[in-house]
Amino acid sequence: MAHFEKAKNLNEWLDQRLAINTLKRVLNTEYWIPKDINFLWAMGMVLAATFGILVLSGIFLLMYYKPDTNLAFDSVNYTIMSEVGYGWLWRHIHGVGASIVFLIIYIHMFTGIYYGSYKKGRELIWLSGMALFVAFSAEAFSGYMLPWGQMSYWAGMVITNLFSGGSLEAYGLVEWIRGDYVPGDAFLTRFFMLHVFLIPLVIIGLIVLHFGTLRIPHVNNQEGAEIDFKEAADLWKSGKKKESKVIPFSPVFLSKDVFVMGVYFILFFYLVFYNFNFAMDPVNFDPADGLKTPAHIYPEWYFLWSYEILRPFGKDAGLIAFGIAQLALFFLPFIDRSPNVAPAHKRGLFQVWFWVLLVDMIVLTAMGKLPPTDPTFAWIGLVSAWTFLALGPILFIITMFEKKIEKGA
Amino acid sequence: MQEKEKGRRDFMGMALGACAAVGGVGALYAAKRTWDPLPSVKAAGFTTIDLSGAQENVLVVEKWRGKPIFVLKKSEDMQADDRDIVIGTARYHVSIGLCTHLGCIPAYEKEQHKFKCACHGGEFDASGHQIFGPPPSPLEIPPFKIDGTKLVLGETGPEYQKMLDAGLTV
Ligand code: FES
Repeated sequence: MAHFEKAKNLNEWLDQRLAINTLKRVLNTEYWIPKDINFLWAMGMVLAATFGILVLSGIFLLMYYKPDTNLAFDSVNYTIMSEVGYGWLWRHIHGVGASIVFLIIYIHMFTGIYYGSYKKGRELIWLSGMALFVAFSAEAFSGYMLPWGQMSYWAGMVITNLFSGGSLEAYGLVEWIRGDYVPGDAFLTRFFMLHVFLIPLVIIGLIVLHFGTLRIPHVNNQEGAEIDFKEAADLWKSGKKKESKVIPFSPVFLSKDVFVMGVYFILFFYLVFYNFNFAMDPVNFDPADGLKTPAHIYPEWYFLWSYEILRPFGKDAGLIAFGIAQLALFFLPFIDRSPNVAPAHKRGLFQVWFWVLLVDMIVLTAMGKLPPTDPTFAWIGLVSAWTFLALGPILFIITMFEKKIEKGA
Repeated sequence: MQEKEKGRRDFMGMALGACAAVGGVGALYAAKRTWDPLPSVKAAGFTTIDLSGAQENVLVVEKWRGKPIFVLKKSEDMQADDRDIVIGTARYHVSIGLCTHLGCIPAYEKEQHKFKCACHGGEFDASGHQIFGPPPSPLEIPPFKIDGTKLVLGETGPEYQKMLDAGLTV
C-alpha cells in the first residue's frame, strides 16, 4: 500500500486518496479554452444545465406519475397539476425544458456547422454530439407518450407504424415494439422505463464521452485558428496573460458561461411562469381514445422538419427519405471535403450552402405544422424536402473545389 | 514450458469467449421474448361480431385488438366487390378502420357511399378501395372466420385465406 501522511485538512485528506488536485487541474484550472470565442460556445454548458433541470423536475414528477393506461392521464392532469403542492411547477419546468432544450441543441449544432467545428481532428466531437441528438430525440418521444393524451396515443401509433417497413409489411416488428396490437399498457410501461431509466443513462454516458472528445483536439474558435495550446498555456502560467491566446476553463471561461446561463434562465423561467402553454399541445389534454383520431396529427415543433420530409412522398420513398434525413447530418465531417477550418462567411459558396440549409429546415418546420390539404403548401413541402436531400451531394461538390484560405489574409 | 503456457492461455481465452457468446445469445433471446405481446394480450386478440342485426348502408364500428373495425352491410344498389364478405344473400364490407396513409380513422359518408379521411383528404369507396388522395392501398381486411351469421375476427377462415391468396388484402 502507498504511504499516507497525516493530512492537515479535508482537502489534503481527499487528495491523498482521490488525487482531487490533479483532477481539478486537468478538468478545470488547466483545461485551456481559446480566448477568441463568442457566447454561442456557451450553449454546451447551457445544455448541460438544462439537462440537469430536466432530471430534477423529472424526479418530482416521478413521485406521483402512474404508468398505467387507466391512471396515467389523471395522475398528470389532475393529481400532479392540482393536488400535489407545486406539482404544476415541476410539470411546467419539465415541459418547457423538454421543448427549449431542442432549440439550444439546434443552435449548438448550427454553431458547429457555421464554424466548421466538425472538421479533421474533431470528427468524434461531431459524431458523439449527433448521437446525443438522437438520444435526446428518443427521450423526448418516450416522454411525450407518458401523459397518455390523444396526441400521445396517436403519435405513438404513427411513429411505431414507421417500423412496418413500407411494402415489406413487417407488422410483427411493430407489434413487438408495442407489445400489443395498438399502443396499450405494455407500450406505456416500456416507454416509461425507457424515459426514466435507460435513455437518461445513455444520455449521461454520451455527455461524458462528448466532453471527453473535446479534451485532445480542444474546442474550436471563431477564426478556426490553430493554436499551440502548450505554448499558449505556458505563457498564461508564466503570468503573460495578455499575450496568451488561451484562458483556463475554470474560473475564467466558466464565468462567461455562467453569465450566458443567467440570461438564458431569465428567458427559461419567464416561459415556465408566463408562457408554458407553448410547450403543451391542446390536443393532448383529451384522454387517449383508440377509436377517434385528432383532426390532424403532427409532432412537436422540433421534429416537424423531418416529419415533413416523410410526408410528401409515397409510403416507401417517404420512409427512405426520412431515414436519410435522420442520418445525413452524421456524415457531415466526411462529406465536407474542404481543407479550411474557418467560419462560413470566409468560405464562399459554403456560406450560401449554410444559409440555404438553415432556411430550408425552417421552411420544412413551418410546412410540417400545416394541414397538408392545401396544394400550394404541399408543393412547397415537396420542393423543400428535395432541397434537403440534394444539399448533401451539393456540399460534397462545392467543398471539393474550395480553395485553401491563406491564413492571415 | 513457454509453449505450453501459451497454449493454456489461448484455451482459456477461447473457452471464455464461447461461454460469453452462449450466455449473450441466451440473454438477447430472453430480452426479445420479454418484449413480445403477453399471452393475455394475444388471447384477447379475438372478437366475435354478430352480423345479423346490421342495417343496410349504416356503418357499425366495432373494436378488435384495440383497432376500430368497420362493418358495412351493402344495399342492393351498391356495387359488389371481391372483397365483400358474403353471408347468405347479404354482402358486407368489413375492414380495419385505419387509413392506410398514416392511420387516421376515416368517416363514412352515407349518401356518397364513401369513406373520407379528414387527415389528408384520402377517400375510399364502400369496398375500401382508395379512390383519392395519399392512401397507398385499400383499407385492410382483418383475418376472419365465418361462423353462421357471426364473424370471428383474429382467426383465418377459408374465405379470408382466399382473399389473401388473391392479394386482395395483406
Ligand atoms: S391518414 Fe388518411 S389521408 Fe393521411
